[in-house]
Amino acid sequence: MSPPLAPPGWSRWLVPPAALSVHLSIGQAYAWSVFKPPLESALDLSGTQSALPFQLGIVMLGLSAAFGGTLVERNGPRWAMTIALICFSSGFLISALGAATEQYWLIVFGYGFVGGIGLGIGYISPVSTLIKWFPDRPGMATGIAIMGFGGGALIASPWSARMLDSFGDDPTGISLAFLVHGLTYAVFMSLGVLLVRVPRSEKPAGAAPGADAGPAADAGPGAAAGPGAAAGPAALQGVQVSARNAVRTPQFWCLWVVLCMNVTAGIGILEKAAPMITDFFADTSTPVSVSAAAGFVALLSAANMAGRIGWSSTSDLIGRKNIYRVYLGVGALMYLLISQFGDSSKPLFVVCALVILSFYGGGFATIPAYLKDLFGTYQVGAIHGRLLTAWSLAGVLGPLIVNWIADHQESAGKSGSSLYGLSFLIMIGLLVVGFVANELVRPVAARHHIPAPRESKESTDVQQRQQSA
Amino acid sequence: MSSSDSSPPDRRPLIVLSWLWVGLPLGYGVYELVRKATQLFTG
Repeated sequence: MSPPLAPPGWSRWLVPPAALSVHLSIGQAYAWSVFKPPLESALDLSGTQSALPFQLGIVMLGLSAAFGGTLVERNGPRWAMTIALICFSSGFLISALGAATEQYWLIVFGYGFVGGIGLGIGYISPVSTLIKWFPDRPGMATGIAIMGFGGGALIASPWSARMLDSFGDDPTGISLAFLVHGLTYAVFMSLGVLLVRVPRSEKPAGAAPGADAGPAADAGPGAAAGPGAAAGPAALQGVQVSARNAVRTPQFWCLWVVLCMNVTAGIGILEKAAPMITDFFADTSTPVSVSAAAGFVALLSAANMAGRIGWSSTSDLIGRKNIYRVYLGVGALMYLLISQFGDSSKPLFVVCALVILSFYGGGFATIPAYLKDLFGTYQVGAIHGRLLTAWSLAGVLGPLIVNWIADHQESAGKSGSSLYGLSFLIMIGLLVVGFVANELVRPVAARHHIPAPRESKESTDVQQRQQSA
Repeated sequence: MSSSDSSPPDRRPLIVLSWLWVGLPLGYGVYELVRKATQLFTG
């Protein structure tokens, strides 16, 4: 499948909704917990067993993003979104069959394995396209899409819960709910498949001087690029590094550490948010009720989502390195405040946790633009896919640290906020490691760049790769 | 061929429709989120 070129006059403001239709759908993964209790009672499963589809899905997200990134770059965003649609929806349909026949392995295979491939390919599908359409605001553009991944759970969580209420939480009801999810997401994601376009002027700089890189980059919402712009703002300019070369650079691994540390620190709070706030204020005059703790978790989700668009857009103004200094440096400070004074002031605890979660979301959303700054737009989607393996490790590391330490402290007879003190100190250490890694990021050495496409032969080769791939 | 024949079609209706397509479900999610988040202060 060749990448869908934008026709003359195509507006770049049609690309973010295309990306959002995919990310809002696959973000459903974070609402898997809604299905856990009904599955446990209907199919007689343990909590660990009912978490398997989600866990396999996240593992497959990391693997398919890492190994499928190059294919996504080669075949373009429409191909990637189609694959994501087919896999994500099929995952639900297979799960519906599994629930109807009470074959749990089909649910694990369907939602976790097949659906997980949809998660990974869908997650990276719009990234490089958005960066090419918004070379002036890459942080904002990728922030919008990746905010959608956070927003997907906000939609799916109440929607799935109401559906299960209506259909019932027996195998037939769960099967019907999976079926409706699969069909609805297929229709919803089709907007992305139909709308996504790549800019026409995706040519190496210098290959065709004065090529159709036009003023569309400055066009506002609702303003279609003019015919002169030929719907293409983004020529390949500046440093360009292939995905194969990028993983051989220290910059890639510095950013890998930065992402891993930032995500681990955020998950540390997110994973145990409800019991954490309850434990912190259990022995005070204002204990936190179960419903208030649920409200706290919801507020953290809002901070996570707002951070994705807010901080990522801010990075366009203050620079990528500086924004990660904020995420990691101020994040460590927030953890320090919670560990020292968190149990004495509920507002302080809540504000610090919200800031940490906004940095968690911001870290996810800003990383594609950081990659673009360092490696160019040439294969930024594939490089992003490889970097997401850091997420897979952090997804295991963060909950492991907090849960393991809390369990040990509890068995040692501790209670309240002292269950989490050591975890917070570890999180501060991890954020400092991430801060140092960010400081070590330097421009990529020239030997890793793809050859400058100014000579005629090279120019032709690169253009052919770009346009026929 | 006149210049109006060659001008690209107006994309604004498509832009509005596509943003509504994603904005309405997201609005529903945010509404549910705000309802739940207020429990922190009232619950």
